[in-house]
Amino acid sequence: MPESTLATFSVKRLEIIDQNGNADEALLPSLSGDELRRLYYLLLLTRTFDGRALALQREGRIGTYPSVLGQEAAQVGSAFAIAREEWVFPAFREMGALFTLGYPIHQLFQYWGGDERGLRTPDGMNIFPICVSVGTHLPHAAGAALAARTRGDRTAVVAYFGDGATSKGDFHEAFNLAGVFRLPVVFICQNNQWAISIPLAAQTASPTLAQKALAYGFDGIQVDGNDVLAVYRATREALEKARSGGGPTFIECLTYRMADHTTADDASRYRPPEEVAAWRERDPLLRFERFLARRGLWNEEYAAELKGKAEGEIDEAVRRFEAVPPPEPGGMFDFVGAELSSRQRRQREEVTTF
Amino acid sequence: MTQLNMVQAINLALREEMARDDRVVLLGEDVGKDGGVFRITEGLFEQFGPDRVIDTPLSESAIVGAAVGMAAYGLRPVAEIQFMGFIYPAVDQLFAHAARIRTRSRGRFAAPLVVRTPYGGGIKAPELHEESTEAFFCHMPGIKVVVPSGPYSAKGLLLAAIRDPDPVLFLEPTRLYRMVKEEVPEGEYTIPLGRARIARPGSAVTVVAWGSMLQRTLKAVEGYDAEVIDPQTLSPFDGETLLTSVEKTGRLVIVHEAPRTCGLGAEIAATVAEEAILHLRGPVLRVAGPDVPVPLAKLVDHYLPSPERIQAALDEVLRY
Repeated sequence: MPESTLATFSVKRLEIIDQNGNADEALLPSLSGDELRRLYYLLLLTRTFDGRALALQREGRIGTYPSVLGQEAAQVGSAFAIAREEWVFPAFREMGALFTLGYPIHQLFQYWGGDERGLRTPDGMNIFPICVSVGTHLPHAAGAALAARTRGDRTAVVAYFGDGATSKGDFHEAFNLAGVFRLPVVFICQNNQWAISIPLAAQTASPTLAQKALAYGFDGIQVDGNDVLAVYRATREALEKARSGGGPTFIECLTYRMADHTTADDASRYRPPEEVAAWRERDPLLRFERFLARRGLWNEEYAAELKGKAEGEIDEAVRRFEAVPPPEPGGMFDFVGAELSSRQRRQREEVTTF
Repeated sequence: MTQLNMVQAINLALREEMARDDRVVLLGEDVGKDGGVFRITEGLFEQFGPDRVIDTPLSESAIVGAAVGMAAYGLRPVAEIQFMGFIYPAVDQLFAHAARIRTRSRGRFAAPLVVRTPYGGGIKAPELHEESTEAFFCHMPGIKVVVPSGPYSAKGLLLAAIRDPDPVLFLEPTRLYRMVKEEVPEGEYTIPLGRARIARPGSAVTVVAWGSMLQRTLKAVEGYDAEVIDPQTLSPFDGETLLTSVEKTGRLVIVHEAPRTCGLGAEIAATVAEEAILHLRGPVLRVAGPDVPVPLAKLVDHYLPSPERIQAALDEVLRY
């Protein structure tokens, strides 16, 4: 009996704007000038937040912080497509996605400043708390999607994670569940190519991460993660598919972590400076500026004005964060359970008395 | 009133609660068409359909992790892990997420889920099928740990567990599944979590035992003036019932099949040492499994606390 081929697969890649700001008009998502400018502002706001967070960390005003520098397009572009009531399960480096979804900026400073109260998502938003343990939130997204389907809700669920998470068992268990049950979930990986000091080639033998979805029976697509419109378009399509019963999608946003893993890391120990320099040329903000300039939506003066506005918004967030009185010691007991046990009540008393 | 064994009592509890509350869904390996490897969920798939009784892939972490997402979304998932020895891949989900989500989200999200799993030794099963590692879970704030010791309490405690607003690990003593029958009423009754019961009153010595060790202890203490406490909920532990009894009897023996070191018996003994030591007439004794992995069938009877070991401890403490 001759050997035969049972299956062949291919992986799509999407890029809409090139590095010079030229766009493939056929692929451009239908966004108004105002929406394009809003996207630009959110990119700028994310970068401004990030710079300020790094400065605050150096001054000892917040704790260890993971920079999002270089990943702004992957975050803003994807979150811009998500509806306010949809369920989102972030990892820990999604500050830009969170602002875009409307999460209060001062609360993020508060959280990274060591105050858990910053993780209380405002009512009416279904954003799960930041997940520090890598990839373990992916089954929650699958579960919420299963619940949405059980309830007959036409809603979608989004989970964010990084390239390192694709090595974790929970990634595979969640993908398998999503595939088997055709769940309305969109998995968004910001492949920033470094999991602390481990480069992608040492993380996986797959040439793309997107192809991992194929093994679980659903689509995976790689998008240029520094192209905000490509990320937006891919996410919007995946969400529409999810909402209409078409099942899960995996979007690999190929991007780059320009900064250290966190403020406690020194990437120069393991990462060649030429590589960082090459990616600097592919800056997601620069690319979008060039695109907007070509369409008459951007000039230096406008950029300076927006920059001032972003600085003002971040100033205000820092002011609000630092004006919040520190949490009371008893606060550590406040939400351990719906009710405290008699032991916990006594311990609370001890903690607050000493 | 009907005489039911524990399998039938748990099945009845699930059936009634699913009929009462459409948020209750079951998920796990083989829980659907097969009715579960111990037949706990038998007939529920036929009655409630595949959206409420969900056969999942073989993925313990995904089962518990998905239950966290489902619970946060507003359902009341009851997940089954086929044996306690298989729960370890899901411990990350229980500890890092189910136990913490209410705290981490400052009350915005909660995980009102139940993880049911058969536990305990003496059923001639393969490795990892007879574990009794309840103490791991009792150490973790944010999770309740419940162990019924008979069919009646199994139903009442399970209904309370499903209605509890926080995650509950519900440990079902495998050896008791079909060992004893009790009167188990149909319809509504719950046994509050966090409260022990006096399984047998007495005045000379207090004995604490749970799961299948409770049944064994009740037999072993025949002829002794022993008060036997069935904690029912291991975490949070009902210290008041324990201390009241020890203050009366002045003596304490703890029986558990889990390994001795850092077992729950250590915590119970420490509680009495801190709060009732002046009432004690003799040392607090533990009758426990040794610090070894649960052996297979040929040696398991040497591992589990035997009636003779329980009686030897009673005789020892009654000398004081």
